[in-house]
Amino acid sequence: MLRIPCPWCGTRDEIEFRFGGESHIVRPGLDVSDAEWADYLFNKENPKGLQYERWYHTYGCSQWFNVARDTVTHEIHVVYKMGEAKPDIAITVCD
Amino acid sequence: MKGYSAFALIRNAVSDHRHWKPLWRSPEIKKSYDVVIIGAGGHGLATAYYLARKHGVRNIAVLEKGYIGGGNTGRNTQVTRSNYYWPQSAAFFDHSLKLYEHLGHELNFNVMMSQRGVLTLAHSHHELEGLRRWANAIRISDIDSELMTPAQIKKLVPLINLDARFPVCGGFIQRRGGISRHDAVAWSYARAASALGVDIVQQCEVTDIDIANGAVTGVKTIQGNIHAERVGIAVAGHTSVLAAKAGFRVPITSMGLQAMVSEPIKPCLDTMVLSPVIHMYVSQSDRGEIVLGGGADVYTSYAQRGGIPVMEENVAALLELFPAFSRIRLMRQWSGIVDITPDTTPIMGKTPVQNLYISGGWGTGGYKAIPAGGDTMAHTIATDEPHSLIVDFGLERFERGALIDEGSASGVAH
Repeated sequence: MLRIPCPWCGTRDEIEFRFGGESHIVRPGLDVSDAEWADYLFNKENPKGLQYERWYHTYGCSQWFNVARDTVTHEIHVVYKMGEAKPDIAITVCD
Repeated sequence: MKGYSAFALIRNAVSDHRHWKPLWRSPEIKKSYDVVIIGAGGHGLATAYYLARKHGVRNIAVLEKGYIGGGNTGRNTQVTRSNYYWPQSAAFFDHSLKLYEHLGHELNFNVMMSQRGVLTLAHSHHELEGLRRWANAIRISDIDSELMTPAQIKKLVPLINLDARFPVCGGFIQRRGGISRHDAVAWSYARAASALGVDIVQQCEVTDIDIANGAVTGVKTIQGNIHAERVGIAVAGHTSVLAAKAGFRVPITSMGLQAMVSEPIKPCLDTMVLSPVIHMYVSQSDRGEIVLGGGADVYTSYAQRGGIPVMEENVAALLELFPAFSRIRLMRQWSGIVDITPDTTPIMGKTPVQNLYISGGWGTGGYKAIPAGGDTMAHTIATDEPHSLIVDFGLERFERGALIDEGSASGVAH
């Protein structure tokens, strides 16, 4: 069970939230190649370790926010707002 | 390789079963191979076996980080079926089911294939219409499927509760579908491949993939560097990790998919039952355990352990349909890391790196695909051309927009 600290509502159980995939994906211009567009649309980092990701508080404030979480330990390092830059997090690489 | 037979059983019984040989050799790793397969799960082992048997490649290594079949091959719910909607998927998965039907004979190993039927339930009129369309599409692909009325379902599965919160309105069954023993599939392919000269090296994690001038030249492992003419990746949930080492990205999200078994009880359920709407699939194993699974834990994870909320959902769904199971206890629960693609269709074939091949994106349905996955990947690696059954499963389909949407074919939504 993840316990996710929503920046607006406080820490709640994962069942209140919806996972929104990787964060900080930048949409390219419309003049890019099919390969670049497919890379933007479909490809993922899918890291084993630290991931910057989006969550949506479905059964709470209905707000999106960013979470920096470890995909192996599930530890949540930092929660930060949409639009904010990726925080720098010093962690031990897990493999 | 000494075959298994009634005679062998008697002979070994006379000597008190002290002389059975190990199923596969445990050779020292060599410095160079024609083909290196990364991952000794069902897909990796089957690929090595068909490469050796059908394509005459003998200098093959299968490298495994843990132990044979210790990943998703040993963590799934053992379902084999070919009730897929799109023709490409139907052709591929029916090839797999046909290979499964004769796998015991071919590999001289009892994989306990039990074609007990896979029953998919509908809980509303609209869903039944959807299933009717699905079942008809399957028949057009020349694969068996039959619509079932609630009365027919009750007769086939007497323990089922048709008047659940979401009442059962009907369903469809693929009678050729069923279950088999997953460990036996891994072990039988390992034994047969080893007998054909394939080196299976366990506890040998691949740490990097060597590439020169856009072509693969070998792999670095914790047991040393190995030269390889061709390399195949068959690592399920870790496909993204290996692809990153080779310098390309894949459209995969890794998530935990859990399953669980109850304590063993007497035989009471001889059909595989699944419900796409209330999210569960259930069967009874030969050991009497009720084997249960449902939706994935829908966030990125490499943890190989499931969360309590999804486990509760799975159990609640089971008890809704089978109230009689409410008194039995769960004995074990576990999770495997599944590599889910945007269209729930696997990624098979060539990669941007020459002589590097990929068999991944199996998501929640890799077990049923093991024989066909091995057969077609062996062809692809041996000839450097995708097998005709997997030409549409290549990584390039995302660039072309030619997705094969099998989102509903996983049986439950993930």
